[in-house]
Amino acid sequence: MKILVCISHVPDTTSKINFTDGDTKFDTNGVQFVINPNDEFGLTRAMWFKEKQGASVDVVNVGGAETEPTLRKALAIGADSAIRVNTPATDGYAVAKQLAKVVNDGGYDLVIAGRESIDYNGAMVPGMLAGMIGANFVANCISLEVDGTNAKAVREIDGGKETVSTSLPLVIGGQKGLVEESDLRIPNMRGIMMARKKPLTVVEPTDASAETNAVSFEKPAPKGAVKLVDADNIDELVTLLHNEAKVI
Amino acid sequence: MSILVYTESENGKLKKAALEVVSYAKAVADQMGTSVTAVAVNADNAETLGNYGASKVLLVKDDSLKAFNAKKYAAIIENAAKNEAAKVVVVSSSANSKYLAPLLAVGLDAGYVANVVEAPSNVSPFTVKHSAFTNKAFANTEITTDVKIVGLSNNSFGLVESGGSAAVEDFSPSIPDSGVTVESVDKATDKVSIADAEIVVSGGRGLKGPENWGMIEELAEVLGAATACSKPVSDLGWRPHGEHVGQTGKPVASNLYIAIGISGAIQHLAGINASKVKVVINTDTEAPFFKAADYGVVGDAFEVVPKLIEKLKAFKAANA
Repeated sequence: MKILVCISHVPDTTSKINFTDGDTKFDTNGVQFVINPNDEFGLTRAMWFKEKQGASVDVVNVGGAETEPTLRKALAIGADSAIRVNTPATDGYAVAKQLAKVVNDGGYDLVIAGRESIDYNGAMVPGMLAGMIGANFVANCISLEVDGTNAKAVREIDGGKETVSTSLPLVIGGQKGLVEESDLRIPNMRGIMMARKKPLTVVEPTDASAETNAVSFEKPAPKGAVKLVDADNIDELVTLLHNEAKVI
Repeated sequence: MSILVYTESENGKLKKAALEVVSYAKAVADQMGTSVTAVAVNADNAETLGNYGASKVLLVKDDSLKAFNAKKYAAIIENAAKNEAAKVVVVSSSANSKYLAPLLAVGLDAGYVANVVEAPSNVSPFTVKHSAFTNKAFANTEITTDVKIVGLSNNSFGLVESGGSAAVEDFSPSIPDSGVTVESVDKATDKVSIADAEIVVSGGRGLKGPENWGMIEELAEVLGAATACSKPVSDLGWRPHGEHVGQTGKPVASNLYIAIGISGAIQHLAGINASKVKVVINTDTEAPFFKAADYGVVGDAFEVVPKLIEKLKAFKAANA
């Protein structure tokens, strides 16, 4: 089985978010970039397939040279090779189009992407990719088993979960649950040394213009101070929620 | 040319989010000088959409569509959008709508923006505001394609009744094989889901153990709320992963979010930031959540929550 894991290069979850150039660009100053957490679960699951079922695992990112440390980290975790499509990730559609070419050129059976990236949260790339390459698609995937060309997946739905059967070629939008958090791989020294020798191929982009364009950004309006209610006067909280906040 | 809106239902009943997306679509239609057509699948009361601004409802009745299937549902909406020459398609931000929307975007060659929180600031160029960086910021984004898809964030626009009426038409598009078969659904039918909830009651490590969740559930029941938890709680196995809210868990956009025994790590606050009113109950006055909350109680959850349940029961009885 040939697996491709899509890796988003995103600000660490503790990052403070700021903008520059008149609030038109994300300010990367002092921001640590990491593998998108949802992709990390997918990468670890891919490692399981590699070790237990003999799969090969490639990772891919659409982005500039600055994303290579993130791809190297994925190689250190155990991916066999990495591909960087040399173009900025402008919008979900353009990224999916680039990935579709990589999947078609590479003949992958299974594509594991994160449910969503934690920067733009669109949750659109895996589904768009599946639509473009005509593969089956399971979103919010929390469990995946593959037997030959058949797959069984569990996906999270609002208020519960759903078990589905499908077949390869398959794209999943994966998340926490694909593997336990305690099972996530951390690169060890041997992995880091080996990653230096593994192939990281830079490919030039195919023609794909974005369909959306983020013209400006803004931060939420500053919040007023918290209104504290005495623990012995919970009546006041109920009154505030009813009369002032009007939420009960 | 009309605005097309996909309205979700469950067991034949239209969801509140369906009424909200129609309300939103009506506002967009008014801006663009056109009307709203809704698509509903197996809904029993489709005509009620007229009250929220739909002038026409395309109703698909098909037992094979009882279980949601993203590819089949996307094909239905795509077909309807083409029939109606729709320029804008509006969907909600439920897990199912987010599942089908990217497939629909490819089918319609339409630009898609998710997590939209307001009516368009401009319809030419078509510009919408949406949350980004897991609610730590907003982006104003133009959709440059001829057909546009807007994914509306739940509880962001509200319900607007217009008193209109809708003509309901049977709609029977051809539906493709999906390639994905639903084998089983495991869902607590009597519980409010986090995505649908107007109020969410959430517990953290301050509750000390899963055996203490009874009061969280009781408080949620009194309020008609969904229950949720912080990441450490789901990591410890006290509550299922599906209840974990935060940057790597479920996003919450409720009208009221009550955080009990949760200190408020940046990742948790990001996940719940879209909630309108936040209440925190915590013993630690230095907990970061007090900076993010609207109302706070410094106190022991084991004393405050039972009192709150009692007061809310009395409030409900007095206002019944």
